[in-house]
Amino acid sequence: MSVRVLKPGPLSSLQDLGRTGYQRFGVIVSGVMDEWSHRVANLLAGNLDDQATIEITLMGPSLVFEAPALIAICGADLSPRIGETPVPQCRPILVRAGSQLDFGRRAFGCRAYLAVHGGFAVAPVMGSRSTYLRAGFGGFEGRALRKGDLLEVGDGNPQEQFPALARRLGSGGDAFAGVPEDAFEPIAHPAIAPRALRTVAGQQWDAFTGEAQERFLDAEFRVNANSDRMGYRLEGPGLALRSPLEMISEGVAFGTVQVPPDGNPIVLMADRQTAGGYPKIAAVASVDLPLIAQAVPQQGLRFARVSLEQAQRLYLERELAIERIRRSIDSLRGAQ
Amino acid sequence: MEHGTGGNWRIDPVGDRCLMIEFGQRVDPQINQTVHAMADYLLEHPLPGVTDVVPAFTTVAVHYRPELIAAGDSTDTIPYRRLERAIEAILTRGVASTGRAARTVEIPVCYGGEFGPDLDEVATACGLTPGQVVELHGASDHMVYMLGFAPGFPYMGGLDPRLAMPRRSTPRVKIPAGTVAIAREQSAVYTLETPGGWNLIGRTPIELFTPHASSPTLLRPGDHVRFVPISQEQFGNWAERRP
Repeated sequence: MSVRVLKPGPLSSLQDLGRTGYQRFGVIVSGVMDEWSHRVANLLAGNLDDQATIEITLMGPSLVFEAPALIAICGADLSPRIGETPVPQCRPILVRAGSQLDFGRRAFGCRAYLAVHGGFAVAPVMGSRSTYLRAGFGGFEGRALRKGDLLEVGDGNPQEQFPALARRLGSGGDAFAGVPEDAFEPIAHPAIAPRALRTVAGQQWDAFTGEAQERFLDAEFRVNANSDRMGYRLEGPGLALRSPLEMISEGVAFGTVQVPPDGNPIVLMADRQTAGGYPKIAAVASVDLPLIAQAVPQQGLRFARVSLEQAQRLYLERELAIERIRRSIDSLRGAQ
Repeated sequence: MEHGTGGNWRIDPVGDRCLMIEFGQRVDPQINQTVHAMADYLLEHPLPGVTDVVPAFTTVAVHYRPELIAAGDSTDTIPYRRLERAIEAILTRGVASTGRAARTVEIPVCYGGEFGPDLDEVATACGLTPGQVVELHGASDHMVYMLGFAPGFPYMGGLDPRLAMPRRSTPRVKIPAGTVAIAREQSAVYTLETPGGWNLIGRTPIELFTPHASSPTLLRPGDHVRFVPISQEQFGNWAERRP
């Protein structure tokens, strides 16, 4: 079974949960920007949560499924449709062989994740299927998808995951069959209700002026158009240090908020470098990273402060919530 | 051999999935040796839940998955505290040096011209001739402190202080892979075509990073590097030998 790319969209690439264990060689982690959407899409498609999905940016591709496929789309709502029928987000969808998936208007968010049952079967490089775009390895031939690409899908049994879907698709003339909305608790993206991004203090928090600390937690910052998978560049009232700081390069993490000399903060994202030398004013709590990953240029963002204890408790609660989603999908398998 | 880790370190969170062990605040071979001894120890004796161990000049960043840090009998503490405690225990015991033999790696460089567009400027700024810059760069005992910025990109100390130059005020948008560059008292080799602000003095025909190899980087921390000048013709022959 394979998926054919008719039109790639501006930036669609294969990503999983990242290439960990190689940062000490200078190899960046890469991986999905929005871990929540990627993981939930995989679970809905009957996959493990670290299988590769297509990360779709702002505008969707056009794809053809060469055989019946069980798919799920989470994250940004880019108005997916098969034929004239809208495809619901965040639900298992069984599509017929030969179906063409198109996208339309952006209704919400920045990045959508398409999971296909069986996962995309590209060879892992250094233990990961994530595309390292700048170095040109991993994912599909180390690059973003192009017109004409044929993506091999791993072994699976899409029709047996939710037998009722296969029966419904077999008996009717519909383009696809989805698990009905009332069959399980609706799964809402964490960014649906906008709010301030929760942060913990960075190592150099105390090196910033009192005014900078206040501004960071009070002001609104605007997403600069140069934001990308490496980092979100924000514009706002300048954040100044008490006195110049001679920093030596050291490790940084997903969500690190660093401030270069121009005073505009940068939130480091999936394609961040392994080390950096700018002062770290804060770090975005992992549970709120999907909110940034879905933010688009010109959007306003605000920051709030939580303790490390709160951030890690929120993190562990999020893991339990994803586990509950996994179990509710598992129990549907028999029922549907 | 024991490294003086006793008390000479601090641990801080870097967000909720990473912590940092700091052994000092200056670029120093002794501090860096302690950094790599600790990193090697954590790689050879992996702690559950740790996904990446990233040594730098004076620090080791430890990336982890909070949900995999075993609660044990201390369910009231958060994962960070538990990991911090485990690392403190290692540091308090002290970490033996891995006794990695110091290697010297020779890297051929074609200096100046289109490969090293800043060579003349560096020479003028340092009050030297381009030939003297090449000579001093080749005679310096460069040591790899860390790999970072790009795959296999070595940050090397030990540059002759007479060649110390600030970074360029306006970084270049594209620097070709293989470019040899200097800034302050450091040297580096760009391993990917990337933007960068260092002064470009030459280019090497050899590859410092090969993603599919079992040992993907030519250099490792602690290596000594000697740059050997080659002609443009030798560079061309070298490049042709590549598969």
